[in-house]
Amino acid sequence: MKALRDILDKQKPLFEKGGKFEKYYYLFEANETFLFTPNETTHAKGTQVRDAINLKRLMITVVIAMIPALLFGIYNVGHTHFLATGQDATLGDKVLLGLEVVLPVVLVAYAAGGLVEVVFSLIRRHPINEGFLVTGMLIPLILPPTIPLWQVALAAIFAVVIAKEVFGGTGMNVLNVAMTARAFLYFAYPSDMSGDVWYYLGDEKYADGFTGATALGLAAETNLVEGTQEVTSTLAATNAGLFDFWNMFVGFIPGSIGETSTLMALVGAVILIATGVGSWKIIVSVFAGALGMGYLLTLAGANDFMMMPAHYHWVMGGLAFGAVFMATDPVSAAHTESGKWVYGALIGVITVIIRVLNPAYPEGIMLAVLFMNVFAPLIDHLVVQSNKKRRLQRATV
Amino acid sequence: MSQHIKLKKGFDINLAGKPNNLVAETSLSETYAIKPTDFSGIIRPKVAVREGDTVKAGTPLLFDKKMNEVMYCAPVSGEVVEIVRGEKRKLLEIKILADKEIEYEKFKEYSTSEISSVGRDEVQEIMLKSGVWPQIIQRPFGIVANPQDTPKAIFISTFDTSPLAPDYDLLLKNQSSFFDAGIEVLKKFTTGKVHLGINAAAEISPIFTNAKEVQIDKFSGPHPAGNVGVHIHHVDPINKGDLIWTIDPYGVAQIGKLFLNGVYDAAKIIALTGSEVKEPQYYKTYLGACIDKFVDGNIKQEHVRYISGNVLTGEKIKKNGYLGFYHHQITVIPEGDQYEFLGWLKPTADKLSFHRALGLLSFLNPKKEFVLDTNLMGEERAFVQTGIFEKVTPMDILPEYLIKAIMAEDYDDMEALGIYEVIEEDLALCEFIDVSKHEIQSILREGINLIKATT
Repeated sequence: MKALRDILDKQKPLFEKGGKFEKYYYLFEANETFLFTPNETTHAKGTQVRDAINLKRLMITVVIAMIPALLFGIYNVGHTHFLATGQDATLGDKVLLGLEVVLPVVLVAYAAGGLVEVVFSLIRRHPINEGFLVTGMLIPLILPPTIPLWQVALAAIFAVVIAKEVFGGTGMNVLNVAMTARAFLYFAYPSDMSGDVWYYLGDEKYADGFTGATALGLAAETNLVEGTQEVTSTLAATNAGLFDFWNMFVGFIPGSIGETSTLMALVGAVILIATGVGSWKIIVSVFAGALGMGYLLTLAGANDFMMMPAHYHWVMGGLAFGAVFMATDPVSAAHTESGKWVYGALIGVITVIIRVLNPAYPEGIMLAVLFMNVFAPLIDHLVVQSNKKRRLQRATV
Repeated sequence: MSQHIKLKKGFDINLAGKPNNLVAETSLSETYAIKPTDFSGIIRPKVAVREGDTVKAGTPLLFDKKMNEVMYCAPVSGEVVEIVRGEKRKLLEIKILADKEIEYEKFKEYSTSEISSVGRDEVQEIMLKSGVWPQIIQRPFGIVANPQDTPKAIFISTFDTSPLAPDYDLLLKNQSSFFDAGIEVLKKFTTGKVHLGINAAAEISPIFTNAKEVQIDKFSGPHPAGNVGVHIHHVDPINKGDLIWTIDPYGVAQIGKLFLNGVYDAAKIIALTGSEVKEPQYYKTYLGACIDKFVDGNIKQEHVRYISGNVLTGEKIKKNGYLGFYHHQITVIPEGDQYEFLGWLKPTADKLSFHRALGLLSFLNPKKEFVLDTNLMGEERAFVQTGIFEKVTPMDILPEYLIKAIMAEDYDDMEALGIYEVIEEDLALCEFIDVSKHEIQSILREGINLIKATT
């Protein structure tokens, strides 16, 4: 390690003020601090010792929490491919195919977004932020396996520039960056983001009688046809029990690469909550909000989709993944502790409303998160106002 | 009478190098210094002596032109050997070479009964010129109290929960009568109550229970439960326009001694603490002492940082630097100016963390005494993580919003979010646990200075 350190020490003056590559200081800094925690010490006044935490460690914790979902996603892309085309395959076949599909998406997202990040850090002279470690992983996990790679690149670039850098970089963004990437593709290239895109088929075709719909799509569709059966029965009957509750919970279903498995999202949730990195208040309240709203709709019971048992909402679509990894983004979520309850619960409620009551959008979590991102400052404002008011009231008593 | 306030929020930084309950004899320091930088309220310091002058303990050395009644006096008798100035002739230190036998300026002596009967004006005059006055701190702002004011209450915290903090029982050994007399004097200054904040978790020391007609408030919980700002917040919070004075028990005893013995006695007991000290223990000395006599030959290695005060709010000083005016403690810890390969990724149980993010394992071993160095442990970044400052701030305050209001120089918000209720020490833990490595305490001081300039 000494040799590596020596190389860096030798190069460092070139990048510092007055050096030949002064312009590229933050690129050097990013690499240097990645390899070595800096030798900077606390200042003469103020806290003389510091907690061992830093932003890199915080971010890598989130990346680790996403790994179960990623691994499962890789497997599942292969699994659903062979399922849809009606072929038998070994675990190895499934994983290999999954890798072949997913790895390029991950690499492109990291490369494209990372490039923008670097360019902006050089122009705007701010450090390259570790937040991209997370965003670069999140983007692939919420895209369908059939997504063209150029769209991945375009979305990553769009999201980093428009959702983050124009606001001043990490920590200043209003919208969740990964969700913005997805929303961009959803509205710009709807045909690649909805409909028959959830199975990676390659050059092959669906097996006879196999339908490419997702659970949410089916549920919405059932609803439009009068006098059919209950949604749960439709789900269970499709593709030989593919959308059975527990099958959906574990995640052997079509969908975006990393979001199908509620189980893996929960594993991530356990990591985030145990490490205190993600807010348990948000995670719990999103699930509670969805369940509560789902239950209210069953009471109203105006159609078959409304009658669907509320807990199905937990395992269908991307609710679990969104609750655990998207809603908990500390920058775009509510910042106050009581605000987090409201913020999370409303995400759950709005997700279910969009799913059930708006036939145009089968999935609601993306729009719900973005919508609540916009409202989070308002929620915080109310919480902060009540803090101020308590202080004022105290003064007049 | 007394209430017990149980605080849950906070964090104890458990460090190696706690002082043994032993007051060691050592040769006294040769030089002593008064540092105007110890007083955040001083605006235009004016030196009252010249190099070469001889002074007694209690002779004025300097004053603030903006509040010229308050004298900052020599802690010992001797010769003024150096007046140290920094950039732009900023006054840094007034150094005194101490006599072997301390001579004192003589002030009027009072009996205990006389102390209770004299009026505020008389005691105030003596306090102002003798050098004890700067012990009284005004909240808001944490500055030396203005003698023109009458505070709504006076708060004294009798315990210190900060890392490696000295034990006030030991600092005030055999000073009980002085402490009581000091309380009697202080009562004259407020229309309200004198509050003693007591540690509910420990046995109450007889020093603090004898004081008459004071309000006792008990507190328990992790640091900052001993901070006087926390006590004020829970007992009699500061609103806009309110004034409260605070003073530490050492200052109270010093005031008592001034009236009972007629001298400004700056003798104090300090704790030498920290992982790099061979024999962490207590020493007898005087206020503003040069620390060289305590640390010479008593330090395990050379590459260390000397801190006047504790690791949260203290100040880095040189090996032959001087003890801060309000400090009862020297902390010596390793200097942390080393690189660490993949230091942000490695699992570690040896570095303390309030957090539990990947690989931070210190929470598994809460009893462990940690050796922490001065490394920043990361890079300064934008604010990302939310909701953690509240966890170490046992007050109904939103530190993140307050700090952001200060950074935006939003005066109305600073005021509404409670800037009157906090000084640096109250948010020091936020700085320690901050993921993004901001300098919370110095940001807060900037905000306080902004607000102070408008009043």
